[in-house]
Amino acid sequence: MRKALLAAALVLPMFGSTAIAQETVKIGYIDPLSGGGASVGEGGLKTFQYLADELNAKGGILGKKVEIVPLDNKTNPQESLIQAQKAIDSGVRYVTQGNGSSVAGALSDFLTKYNERNPGKEVLYFNYAAVDPVLTNEKCSFWHFRWDANSDIKMEALTNYMKDTPAIKKVYLINQDYSFGQSVRTQARAMLSKKRPDVEIVGDELHPLLKISDFAPYVAKIKASGADTVVTGNWGQDIALLLKAAADAGLKVSWYTYYAGGAGGPTAIKQTGLNHQVFQVTEGFANVDHKQSQDFEKAFRAKVDLGLWYPRAVNEMRMFAAAAEKAKSLDPVKVAQALEGMKFEVFSGGEGEMRKDDHQFFQPIYISSFGDIAAGQFDEEKTGWGWKQVAKIETAQTMLPTTCKMDRP
Amino acid sequence: MLELIVISTLNGVLYGMLLFLMASGLTVIFSMLGVLNFAHASFYMLGAFFGYQISRWTGFWPALIVAPLLAGAIGAAVERFGLRRVHRNGHVAELLFTFGLAFAIEEVVSIIWGKVPVDYRVPALLDFPAFTIFSTNYPAYKMFMLAVSIVIFVGLLVVLKKTRIGLIVQAALTHPHMVAHLGHNVERIFMLVFGVGTALAAVAGVIAGPSLVTQSNMAALLGPILFVVVVVGGLGSLPGAFIASLLIGLLQTFAVSVNGSLASVFGPLGPDLAQTWLSDIWNVTIAQIAPIMPYLLLVLILIFRPMGLLGTRET
Repeated sequence: MRKALLAAALVLPMFGSTAIAQETVKIGYIDPLSGGGASVGEGGLKTFQYLADELNAKGGILGKKVEIVPLDNKTNPQESLIQAQKAIDSGVRYVTQGNGSSVAGALSDFLTKYNERNPGKEVLYFNYAAVDPVLTNEKCSFWHFRWDANSDIKMEALTNYMKDTPAIKKVYLINQDYSFGQSVRTQARAMLSKKRPDVEIVGDELHPLLKISDFAPYVAKIKASGADTVVTGNWGQDIALLLKAAADAGLKVSWYTYYAGGAGGPTAIKQTGLNHQVFQVTEGFANVDHKQSQDFEKAFRAKVDLGLWYPRAVNEMRMFAAAAEKAKSLDPVKVAQALEGMKFEVFSGGEGEMRKDDHQFFQPIYISSFGDIAAGQFDEEKTGWGWKQVAKIETAQTMLPTTCKMDRP
Repeated sequence: MLELIVISTLNGVLYGMLLFLMASGLTVIFSMLGVLNFAHASFYMLGAFFGYQISRWTGFWPALIVAPLLAGAIGAAVERFGLRRVHRNGHVAELLFTFGLAFAIEEVVSIIWGKVPVDYRVPALLDFPAFTIFSTNYPAYKMFMLAVSIVIFVGLLVVLKKTRIGLIVQAALTHPHMVAHLGHNVERIFMLVFGVGTALAAVAGVIAGPSLVTQSNMAALLGPILFVVVVVGGLGSLPGAFIASLLIGLLQTFAVSVNGSLASVFGPLGPDLAQTWLSDIWNVTIAQIAPIMPYLLLVLILIFRPMGLLGTRET
């Protein structure tokens, strides 16, 4: 099969077929490589480069080598559009981005318009981490595909777990002041009041995105509120610094987070001494009970010296290759059509599906807690602590309805 | 409530003193040389990265001495080989020179150490809670930061106001020819002052690095606020910078703890704006705009008291 494809890839261009006249499949990676989001952006870049190498070792996609083109957007929507244009000008037909839903919204609009005006030169947008639900609801686009669970799905999973935890009585919400943070806070309020009407929301904070250098005043406020639990969607330096300030002040509360596992987070949690009291909702984690993903994790850590933060990036790249092979083309329109409704055995085990209606990928979701682990399990950032599963939500139970009305080409 | 006030005051003072530590060098350079050094926060960052690197080899305490010396030497070299030439073309050229320097330093740092935060830790000797108020711990390290800031403030004041060195340095700015005729090397004085100023920034970097985050954007994060401190305090006034630092530290910290908004103050009297675009302004809380408060203060100061709180010179 592979040989046949390779041969096809070599021969097809000679017949002047529709194959794109490119030596490589370029994927533009538009994410922060400087500024407050740089730590996660760099981690993501290394992950995608590793995945590209993995595909190349198997002969690439349709015989073409995969290349990741790093583009620094400084977590800034305007800068992202400049970088996207730069990518397109250099022959990129696929861009991937994840950090910042404000950026994702701008990119999605930009590429949708671009594709309308440039038929035959379409560019697809693979979103691996921007989880604002708007992107697959009101503002959904045929050209946008999301591999991460959106924030409503994650909040649904988190609150389902919190509902059965009677120790939670007073909840403090602290989030970044932009579309994603606001959607976390509204959903947390709505879902908690429905599932646990006895829980009191004692604080609801929004702070500027990636601009705070010391969270001590916020931690003082959390403490003064008497909260026993904090819910936060913070990411990048905002979660690491928040946890660090909490550790310094000796704040003892449970944390329900989206991204406590990002750069610096595990180190800060270890300092708080909160053993298995920091929870994270993800589509996978290092110690998930699944042999293939553990083998991958081991090889990945050996080479990149980081834990795998984005199992979904693995799904994204592997599904991209599978869709291109199914469509027998690297034409973005055909790849997009092949991706629609595609079912796929996900990285951490279990079946996922790219829903045709809104291009949201659905997959099993895990809640894990951070603390001491059994011998031989993966720890994070050399702290000796690692993630342990506390709950698994099957794909079928994560399917939330969508309001997307998609225009297809 | 009392708890929040006490703790916010402490946090505010701690943050304010850190600001002062950085702003002191900027103030010294400005008052002595008349140069507003845009790259000042970059020397703070250099201090943090040097401190991190040296503390990996030799431990934290030697790093606290060596890193500022190193950064100060770079600062002196910048003055000797860069600023001195640029100076002939006037203040705008100087400003632009230091502005460009800031970007160059950021780029060099991110090339050498990468853009991901480095693992710069609090020294083991100071890694314990110093005391506990209302069950909130205060790390010994933060107390150490406070102590260093106070020592530097007092030390600088004494040197500048009470010693012969201070006298010559101050005279060199206003009457360079006279000082030169008295047998002092004015150019060398300027170079040393610039070196000392940048070394002070580096001290702040070495100390703040483990407590905040040491990464290549840390200069950009704290740079703008330094100018607020210096302008609010009065350009060139060391006590002014001290007061302004504390003021800004406290202002920012207390603002975070206030949940009030226009809506909550004028709620019953105000118009019903729930569905209009004005509702955003109406409902925004003080806490949400806390980080921009210092800049608001800057604007107000420039309008109503352009020389700053303790400044003597019209800007």
